Amino acid sequence: MTTTYEPNKVLSNEEFKVVGTRPIRPDGADKVTGRAQYGADYNPADLLYAKVLRSPHAHARIKSINVSKAESLKGVLAVVTGADTIAPKKGESADFGLGPQPMKYLRDNAIATDKVLYQGHAVAAVAAQDVHTAEEAVNLIEVEYEVLEPVLTAPEAMAKTAPILHPDLTTDEFGNSNVADHFQHKMGDIDKGFAEADVIVEREFDTATVHQGYIEPCNVTALWNDDDRIHVWLSTQGPFQYRDALALALDIPQSRVKVTPMEIGGGFGGKFPLYHELAAVLLSRKTRRPVKIVMTRAEVFGGTGPTSGSNVKVKMGATKDGRIVAAKTELRFEAGAYPGSPVGAAGMTSFAAYDIPNVIVDGYDVVVNKPKAGAYRAPGAPNAAFGIEQVIDELSKEIGVDPVEFRLQNCAKEGTRRADGPIHPKVGGIETLEALRDHDHYQSPLTPAKNGGKVGRGVAFGFWFNAGLQSTATISVNGDGTVNLVEGSPDIGGSRASISMQAAEVLGISADEVKPKVADTDSIGFSFGTGGSRTTFATGWAAYEAANDVKSQLIERAATIWGVDPNSVEMEEGVLRSKTDTELSMTFKELSAQLNDTGGPIIGRGSVNPAGVGGAFAANIVDTEIDPETGKVDILRFTMVQDAGKAIHPSYVEGQMQGASVQGIGWALNEEYYYSEKGTIDNSSFLDYRMPTSLDLPMIDTVIVEVANPGHPYGVRGVGEVSLITPQAGIANAITDAVGVRLESMPMKPSVVLDAINNQG
Amino acid sequence: MPATKVHVTTTINGEPVEFLAEPRQSLLEVLRDVVQLTGSKEGCNDGNCGACTVNMDGRIVDSCLVLGVEAEGADIQTVEGIASADGLHPIQQAFLENAALQCGICTPGFLVSSKALLEKEPNPSEERIRMWLAGNLCRCTGYDKIVKAVMAAAKEMAS
Repeated sequence: MTTTYEPNKVLSNEEFKVVGTRPIRPDGADKVTGRAQYGADYNPADLLYAKVLRSPHAHARIKSINVSKAESLKGVLAVVTGADTIAPKKGESADFGLGPQPMKYLRDNAIATDKVLYQGHAVAAVAAQDVHTAEEAVNLIEVEYEVLEPVLTAPEAMAKTAPILHPDLTTDEFGNSNVADHFQHKMGDIDKGFAEADVIVEREFDTATVHQGYIEPCNVTALWNDDDRIHVWLSTQGPFQYRDALALALDIPQSRVKVTPMEIGGGFGGKFPLYHELAAVLLSRKTRRPVKIVMTRAEVFGGTGPTSGSNVKVKMGATKDGRIVAAKTELRFEAGAYPGSPVGAAGMTSFAAYDIPNVIVDGYDVVVNKPKAGAYRAPGAPNAAFGIEQVIDELSKEIGVDPVEFRLQNCAKEGTRRADGPIHPKVGGIETLEALRDHDHYQSPLTPAKNGGKVGRGVAFGFWFNAGLQSTATISVNGDGTVNLVEGSPDIGGSRASISMQAAEVLGISADEVKPKVADTDSIGFSFGTGGSRTTFATGWAAYEAANDVKSQLIERAATIWGVDPNSVEMEEGVLRSKTDTELSMTFKELSAQLNDTGGPIIGRGSVNPAGVGGAFAANIVDTEIDPETGKVDILRFTMVQDAGKAIHPSYVEGQMQGASVQGIGWALNEEYYYSEKGTIDNSSFLDYRMPTSLDLPMIDTVIVEVANPGHPYGVRGVGEVSLITPQAGIANAITDAVGVRLESMPMKPSVVLDAINNQG
Repeated sequence: MPATKVHVTTTINGEPVEFLAEPRQSLLEVLRDVVQLTGSKEGCNDGNCGACTVNMDGRIVDSCLVLGVEAEGADIQTVEGIASADGLHPIQQAFLENAALQCGICTPGFLVSSKALLEKEPNPSEERIRMWLAGNLCRCTGYDKIVKAVMAAAKEMAS
């Protein structure tokens, strides 16, 4: 029997009526006609346009700011500087996806007060009648700087002689230094572990600062109304976090801030933090008119939160029979200008895909003169995996065992303890690796070279824990048997579809009979932002709860109409019926038409903070071709395998896997912030910060593995992040397979690959 | 200071449109801020992302690299002009059915480029599609489903 190869396969565990199907997304028509309103598309009456003045220096003290020339330019209505901000109270913090961070740092990052700590750091902003006048005006602001020496990498910033960014940043271990935090996770006896090892590999890796690369620049429109209420429209992943952080930054109650999340053009973790929003609000306070700021692409690179460059040391040991017995890593992460890199998450996930008895993980959070790091899809994990998955590859080669079998033999499973403490619940790591091993790609010979170069194959494996957190949803029933669903999670990649489908499954109606709406912060209960792979999991669950609330009320209403005990009525697949009297039956649609006259409309509510988050595993295979003359690497074939728990809408799960794969390919081969010695960015455009185009890539084949998460009604795990952890190491391993050298720095651009080839012994 | 505005006469999506533009305003700015057609998006404003792609006199251009005053006498089609009173164009329908968008910010540019491709080459290979779309950046999809959607639209339009 011959089987046709399927490029996108779902290894399904359970079939449902709506869940697991591929309906057209509810916001589809707006998105293909240009009608969808993104943040920059919002133009209220009486709008002013603002521009931000940004520091040209990586590290400097602000000695003075003179705004008088800017203020007197015709068409300028207001100027703000750090002097217009409100000093945060001690101890106040806000969380933008990388843990709570002190409000003082968040405020200073939004508008510098005393020092600028990176090129692109906001210093002042101007509101004017049109954007070009605002542009002219910011250039008229005179800032006197005392330029200081910058420091750009974590190892350099940790040196005793390094310039200090924050005179108030101290730890017990390091005193006043650039080290904001040092943590250690420890399990077993590391010395005993290495003593047992027959093979030990030790290497050191460096990775460059990279950006999420969302296509839509950050934007905001803010109105300080005449009742002293503030309304903010923007493209954000976390409207409630913005609301709360703005209220803190302005020292006013949350209830005075309303955030309307507009359609959002990508985020990947980067559209959580406060950037220019504070300036927009302060300008509106001065003018009492709506003020809009849209970043240029250069401002996005220089003035938002990319993810950390890092230095990662890895030492691992295994026995001859293929058991990893010891693993050690030191993670030095650039936090950017203020504390709070993703090193914490990197430390928690670094060896979490494996069952290793003796582990030590040391993490250092180090401030440097770069933009404050933001979250980026499985924050921190790809940096660590780039090193660890290469060392594992090398161990398997030295022992002489297949790299997938080696990972299978050491794979974490239910009951395995992570070095940071938690014990894995039911997880699908083994199933993911087995699907990879059995895949046509892994079973097929190497893809032939297209251009006469050297070809190689690599694999890599990764774990990400995903997030739960709070979500709310309400559902109201329409008279025609449809429902309106209101929720608070900005939809970046089709989540209105995946959330609606879970409600539809409960009510026994079709996906397009649920009309979803992402509401503003006045119109729905608190919902943590869209990030951490949590939206389909947690907001989907809130919708499931709201739908079940509706369902139980429908049952009661039918019982009232029929004059029977509600316990004798059931609702299945959209039909209400008596369990005892076959005469008594009506469809949800028939009942919905009667609701208004039989007791009033029905609404359901759901509010969750789920504990049963399911961690996710991903693994990939990649065939690469290396041009030995130039060092250029081409991707010939790429397959991503991921455990989704249950794919609610498989197309959008595949989309997450494919998009993350390609971000990983870009991170691996091209992308980096290119810094001058002065700490200025030399490549802040899409021409020079080169992200993959369609022409650089093959199709990205996928396998969705479904090992149901027992902590979710439909078995959902998060799917948005884990696929970004493996491609970089997979590609590095493929390059090694092709040309026999290890790549210890990323990006593996032609010059790096060529140097590695030329320097091999 | 703003220079005197220039009167420009064009055709946009089949209808005559007149507008006043400052000489420094790009066609993208004019489309978005003057004519209120916000479907064309600004991703980079320097011709590298393709989110502002429009069809101008039969050629696809980055409207951020064209001045508004250069549109005098031009025939321009934007994403708003792809669907008709009869409904979505097959390329739009194919993008929806193939889940070829996630956040959707790049979608208008991809639709304009894809439509232009299919008008010139009704049955393009994967390689030709990738070549034609190389001027449009997408960060969400990895392009896989976009390429497949264009193939599906070609098939639909041929039938």
